[in-house]
Amino acid sequence: MTGAQALVKCLELEHVEYVFGYPGAVICPVFDALLDSSIKLVLCRQEQNAAHEASGYTRISRKPAVAIATSGPGATNLMTGIATAYADSIPMVLITGQVDSKLMGTDGFQETDTSGAVESFVKYSYIVHDPEEIPRIVKEAFYIAQSGRPGPVLIDLPMDMQTGTVEEFSYPDKVQLRSYKPTVNGHPLQMERVLKALTEARRPLIIAGGGIHLSNAVPVFREFVRKYRIPVVSTMMGLSILPTEDPLNFGMVGNNGHTFGNRAIRHADLIIMAGARVADRTIRDPALIEQKLLVHIDVDPAEIGKNAGPAIPLVGDIRHILKAFCAKEPQVNYDPWIAYLTDVRADWMRKFKAREIPSGIDPERFMRALSQAMEDDAVYVSDVGQNQLWSCAFVVIRNGRFLTSGGMGTMGYALPAAIGAKLGAPDRQVVAVCGDGAFQMTMMELATARQYGVPVKLVIIRNNALGLVRQFQHFHYHDRFSGTTLGGDPDLSFIAKAYGMDYFHLSKGAYTDRLIGEFLADSNASAILECDVDPDYLA
Amino acid sequence: MKRIYSVLVENHAGVLSKVAGLFWRRCFNIESLAVGETDDPGVSNMIIVSSGDGHILEQIEKQLNKKVDVIKVKTFDESEAVSRELMLVKIRYSRSTRRDIVENCQLMGASIIDISESMMTLQICDTPERVRIFLKMMQNNRIVEITRTGTLALTKCTETSVPANG
Repeated sequence: MTGAQALVKCLELEHVEYVFGYPGAVICPVFDALLDSSIKLVLCRQEQNAAHEASGYTRISRKPAVAIATSGPGATNLMTGIATAYADSIPMVLITGQVDSKLMGTDGFQETDTSGAVESFVKYSYIVHDPEEIPRIVKEAFYIAQSGRPGPVLIDLPMDMQTGTVEEFSYPDKVQLRSYKPTVNGHPLQMERVLKALTEARRPLIIAGGGIHLSNAVPVFREFVRKYRIPVVSTMMGLSILPTEDPLNFGMVGNNGHTFGNRAIRHADLIIMAGARVADRTIRDPALIEQKLLVHIDVDPAEIGKNAGPAIPLVGDIRHILKAFCAKEPQVNYDPWIAYLTDVRADWMRKFKAREIPSGIDPERFMRALSQAMEDDAVYVSDVGQNQLWSCAFVVIRNGRFLTSGGMGTMGYALPAAIGAKLGAPDRQVVAVCGDGAFQMTMMELATARQYGVPVKLVIIRNNALGLVRQFQHFHYHDRFSGTTLGGDPDLSFIAKAYGMDYFHLSKGAYTDRLIGEFLADSNASAILECDVDPDYLA
Repeated sequence: MKRIYSVLVENHAGVLSKVAGLFWRRCFNIESLAVGETDDPGVSNMIIVSSGDGHILEQIEKQLNKKVDVIKVKTFDESEAVSRELMLVKIRYSRSTRRDIVENCQLMGASIIDISESMMTLQICDTPERVRIFLKMMQNNRIVEITRTGTLALTKCTETSVPANG
């Protein structure tokens, strides 16, 4: 068989259901081999979106994600998507075509040093030099992408490797990598130290991060939190680990977090970072948390101590560690601390409800109403910008999932990620929320959704501005707005019509709930809900 | 603070660039770098000398360990290691300077490995500190060319470093 056929065979053996991609001459052998495979190809409209689609797909389905592009511009387009996945530790395998190995280094047509260019934002990368190596490389790529701290792995596949011959195809049962052995179980001594710290603490607080989703640890995390009764705040990537209205959930922390969440950090005496890195947007001043007893649980030892020194480092897979904690019988009681935080949170909620309703649409109330109208296990995909901050602060998630591009803050993530999520879980309701800026970056994917019959519910927050940067210019550049006004005034109803979508328009607050209901009603129909927001409304 | 990292890596194409890229991207300093195959042709050893505060030095070790191609990282201070650098230096000489050069070479244990009517190439293999001293001594002459390796280092022999079955 050819190298390309071997590659596709490997993908089948990895139980790949979909590949997201865009063809080009030097990846044609793989696209050709896909025609004879059970794997379904989703043709995106720009390669960046293939990676976002793969991201949304795997985050919801937990099945392996694959994106494929050609060499040169195909590969460079893909890179923003790869960097986005890397920043949020999303596992995926990227396959890029490459010029003939003999031409590599000659600056041939559509040649880029793809592997070199992505080096700092992939977990690992390969260049195939022998078609016979394809099975081993693919096996390793999936293992590396999905194990330890997950991340994107790239395989650069020169044209002659795809057309070359694999004499005897054999797919390895397991990988043999002497240099890569992620830690799974927590060190028992360190776990004892954490338990002792918990016994002595009066105001412990868990900062729950995206690692808990990545390790599939949400159920065991909920069990742990309820058993120990420790208050929880989350990072942006950790949203939806606990239901929003869980009594122990004290919101999101960070620059754009809840005041009650940030206050919880200030007053805590013990902080447990669980599957969260001490990111600058989460903890603006690491010195603040270093004054407390800091426990850091992470599968990636390099994150521990990178931005804040922990008193108790605990390396391992959070799911295994929490399971071990659940087996213990702790003698702890933090009820006074919980009562204090509950009061602070209730005070915030009272103020939110008592706030004056603006004449136009209040995006914060809108986000809340939208999320409350969604199904119990719905997926809420937020884009980047003001809409993201409103979403993070005001959505109500029950047993659903909140997805966004947290680390990289890539505009345009929501629509393609929502398409991927819907393909990953066709029975779940998926709603994407983006601004009019981000929408115009990835609106071409409406065609992808239509081509593959993926019903998309897309909310577009319309303020004819790049709101978050405009807001930054308001605060830091004395309202000298440079490049943040979106002119052109595209009529979104025509765009909906062009792609065969239903169209709803919310320009006043009065009928919000009814309109949201109509927008969500037909789960098989794609729809756009345009929601007008004053550009001066700050997030 | 200076620190030596002895890094065992898979002997693949591109590994050097991945490791060097890590230092560049994370603004870590490389003072010297020496790479060579070990007794196992599939494994290379990189000796990297870097400097920084305690936090940076710890991060370097962790980030190196995180690289998929890195098999093992050992890290130690200069005082815990025996280290050597090799330098070749080509200088111009004259009748009046020759004696001085030869004396300095004898003093420092350097040797003359090539010579013509007006130039000679000197070789010194010694600790990084003594190589620096020798270079300073030679700076009175006209230096034509210099080449030197990075630091090679091994931890000092102690009983614990002898394998149990050895």
